[in-house]
Amino acid sequence: MATPSVAGRTNLLKLWPWVVIPLAALVLPFIFTSGHAINLLSHMGVAIIFALSYNMLLGNTGLLSFGHAVYYGLGAYVAMHVLRAINDAGGQGLPVELLPLVGALAGLGFGILFGTFSVRRAGVVFAMITLGLGALVFSSSQMFTDFFGGEAGLFGNRAEAPSLFGIDYASSLAVYYLVVAWALIAAILIYLLRKTPLGWMANAVRDNPERAQFVGYDPTIVRFIQFSLSACFAGLAGGLYVITDEIVNAEVVGQIQSGAVLLGTYIGGIGYFIGPIVGASIVTVLESSLSSYTEAWVLYFGLLFITIVMFAPMGIVGVIHTQYLNWKAGGWKGNTGIRLYLIVTGLIGIFGAICVIELSYHYFRSWDPSAPFVLMGVTVDATTVLPWLACFAIAIIGFGLMLFHGRPMLSRHTGATSRGGNA
Amino acid sequence: MTTRNALQLKGVTKNFGRAEIIRGVDLDVHEHERHVIIGPNGAGKSTLFNLISGRLKVSDGSIKLFDNAIHNLPAHKVNRMGLSRSFQVTNLFQNMTVMQNLRCSLLWSEGHKYAFWKSVTKQDAVTERAAELMERLNLTKQANTPASLLTYAEQRALEIGCTVASGAQVILLDEPTAGMSRTEANDAIHLIQRMTGENTLVVVEHDLSVVFELADRISVLVYGEIIATGTPEEIRNNAAVQEAYLGTEVH
Repeated sequence: MATPSVAGRTNLLKLWPWVVIPLAALVLPFIFTSGHAINLLSHMGVAIIFALSYNMLLGNTGLLSFGHAVYYGLGAYVAMHVLRAINDAGGQGLPVELLPLVGALAGLGFGILFGTFSVRRAGVVFAMITLGLGALVFSSSQMFTDFFGGEAGLFGNRAEAPSLFGIDYASSLAVYYLVVAWALIAAILIYLLRKTPLGWMANAVRDNPERAQFVGYDPTIVRFIQFSLSACFAGLAGGLYVITDEIVNAEVVGQIQSGAVLLGTYIGGIGYFIGPIVGASIVTVLESSLSSYTEAWVLYFGLLFITIVMFAPMGIVGVIHTQYLNWKAGGWKGNTGIRLYLIVTGLIGIFGAICVIELSYHYFRSWDPSAPFVLMGVTVDATTVLPWLACFAIAIIGFGLMLFHGRPMLSRHTGATSRGGNA
Repeated sequence: MTTRNALQLKGVTKNFGRAEIIRGVDLDVHEHERHVIIGPNGAGKSTLFNLISGRLKVSDGSIKLFDNAIHNLPAHKVNRMGLSRSFQVTNLFQNMTVMQNLRCSLLWSEGHKYAFWKSVTKQDAVTERAAELMERLNLTKQANTPASLLTYAEQRALEIGCTVASGAQVILLDEPTAGMSRTEANDAIHLIQRMTGENTLVVVEHDLSVVFELADRISVLVYGEIIATGTPEEIRNNAAVQEAYLGTEVH
């Protein structure tokens, strides 16, 4: 669970992700060497900080925000203005490495400003206020073009700014390592925050604000501090984004950005510290790579989200964790085969569903539906019956076997009342 | 009467719309005494507690805690001035373990406030006090059990522990033995006596055998008014009480 652990002896062992993930982050650019891949990795790092900051609200404090991009975006804009000022001064002033701190300060400032009236109540009221604030800031970006740069946005040049260590940030690899460093710092700080009295009381206020009052805490203040700190880290992510992309436009404060961070965090799993890290990484990859494969990527994105909300509310990390605990407790004994069968049939079903979606997209969106269409390596004609039949058959057989053959078999085996399995 | 008043209610009224639930309550609770409030269903006992603890605002009148006015203050301020309470329905941090519940309850009274620069588990004073409370509550074995998985009696015990942990001198307990069997209720009463010690205790209770065992003084609340206050002996022999309270109770 999200609440801090008290187990002492396994504490050191539990720190393995803190070694493995940074090591992986250091090694990845040597495996994926293309410029596109390195940019993608940088974006992942930024998204991870942003999602971690978001989970300070959603997972830790129980505050569902629909406007977290406000702090990310405003942090980015302020950092961009500072970068432009440095550029205008001929590369004199604040080093690039510290630019994210400008974003963080801006995020904190706006967090304090907007937090004062956002956090009086949790739940629906808070959600509505954040939604309104998001819309307000986005529409301001259309009006105050001096600050927000209008349609085109604002440009800066990270290479034309001093560096603390004499690094040339024209190279995207150097930028990537800067992102990794900041992501690690932010992750450690956010992780440690959960261990403090504020972090504990944030959980307490999430679970039972009334009881929190009767042990002396004002839930509004707990939420306010947590909200401001979360906005601070969102601003930090925004400041980093300025360095990776060197352009900021109104989209960074927009609702889509706010939605993306909510989706990523939730898909990963809000009950786990590592959840937002996993979720943000997946969403970033999907966003950038899936969109080059298929037009329907937004639909897949939505389907993934709905599936998680309905069948695995603890997120991907939650599913893996419960399965791991189950396996460790011997729950897989004698039925590992059935579980594999469930996964395979599920994947076949998903494969079939993807074929159906792709076929439909081609049929309904293409100028000429009868044009030859390459589906999973097979050239088909979408106006004939056969490909449709085959796709539906694969989907139905896959899901059918999973739900009506595999799942009953598993629950008979475990004797448990309908366990979710690997849905 | 030489003892100081821990709580002093003067002319407290509470309306919900036109319905008058509390109709001018005057009540003195002495320091260190165990004061039990009894009364038939719907007499306004829980409302009275909600008024004292800051959960509701009074319509009129004043409430003083050790000579400081506390009416209409938010609950966390009332708590910081030295009053804590339990609820009729168990009210814990359900997802947290016993140890975590107690730690959370101790944080403010140990002066940690909203600190975000120190680790909770490294605060030895908090850990020690939590462990000691757990010992007294007989919950040491369940230290790492989430509150939601405790038995009902254990949850009630933990709630009393959390209420005491917040360092309050005045403790309000709303039906601490509700829904318990005879033996469980007896254990609960002994636990309350053991845990609250020198504290001033105000208890709402239904179970009359519990009342007479626990109370130093009893007040009887009927239809939003205190009709009698006195020692258990006086209350037992009070004709008005017998008529009003026992009359409606039996009906």
